[in-house]
Amino acid sequence: MKLFRRLRTDPVWKDEFSIDRADEHYVSRRQFTKFLVLTSLGMFVGNMWILARSWFSKEPVYPEKSICRATDIPIGGVRLFRYPTQKDACILIRTEDGNFVAYTQKCTHLSCAVYYAREKNRLECPCHEGYFSIKDGSVLQGPPPRPLPRVVLERRGDELVAVGMRIHESI
Amino acid sequence: MFGYEFYVDPSRCIGCQSCINACAECETHRGTPMIHVDFLDRRNTIATVPFVCMHCEDPTCAKVCPADAIKRTEDGVVQSSLKPRCIACSNCVLACPFGIPKMMTELEQMMKCDMCYDRTSEGKRPMCATVCPSQALAYVPSQQIERSRREKPTNVFFFGNQRVTTKVFMMIPPERDALSVDVVDYMWEENA
Repeated sequence: MKLFRRLRTDPVWKDEFSIDRADEHYVSRRQFTKFLVLTSLGMFVGNMWILARSWFSKEPVYPEKSICRATDIPIGGVRLFRYPTQKDACILIRTEDGNFVAYTQKCTHLSCAVYYAREKNRLECPCHEGYFSIKDGSVLQGPPPRPLPRVVLERRGDELVAVGMRIHESI
Repeated sequence: MFGYEFYVDPSRCIGCQSCINACAECETHRGTPMIHVDFLDRRNTIATVPFVCMHCEDPTCAKVCPADAIKRTEDGVVQSSLKPRCIACSNCVLACPFGIPKMMTELEQMMKCDMCYDRTSEGKRPMCATVCPSQALAYVPSQQIERSRREKPTNVFFFGNQRVTTKVFMMIPPERDALSVDVVDYMWEENA
């Protein structure tokens, strides 16, 4: 098989079943050079495409969604909710100092649901023992490669409202 | 290769069969000679002629091989059949104008002279040319053959209308340019 077929009147089989031993080897020097050049060109174009996409992509717009009343959750309590869509499970925690934090429940390793371990004050994934910090969602131990995406909360009177997501907040 | 060419001079052959034995001693095909020494006309003369592969520039044997088993190297040497590919169909045996390929039925493989490729590719002489006492098979530089022989080397053959050029040279009378072979002339049944 050749990358570029020579323009000839001979049938294809004569080219593919050539009597010359040199044509037996798939990679001749010239073919290898062509392969290198074309692959590099493909990689370059692919990278340019990714770069262009990241330049022209817009910040995603998140909806505002009321979760619950702040007084509903005791200190150390937890409430599960869905944000930004009905398919995205999130977890809202009222920490020991009375603040509210919320993270997506999907572990960044293999998407198991994380839970709040109150006695250790951290988020734990039961599948592979990946632990996340309650402060900023960063990985404390285990296989997860990235921190948990954080749900941005806003307090409006007594009401807790999710207003956005912060992904890769800290690495 | 390395400035050396292969010359076959049938008029010098004495039928000693040294070439056959030397060929059979080669490690790559031990015990199986790939060279033939044939009697020209057994009834009337003891003249013999050695047959090595002529290594055609447009090898018919390779072109007719349905299994793609016969390959030509970069330096123009047509190799013997590849064992994993040869299907022992004998197409090459029938197609070769010089009658060189021989079917080894016990091996189920065609074997023919490959000009001792293990030797000539690194500058050594073929086994047959090293032992031939009368140098009917000679592997020498072309200047040497011009200097020492009366006959003229040619690598152009005519089989009827087919023109065949080869890598191996045949010594022919000096007044001829090419060797023309009409196969019918040599079919002794016709003449008898």
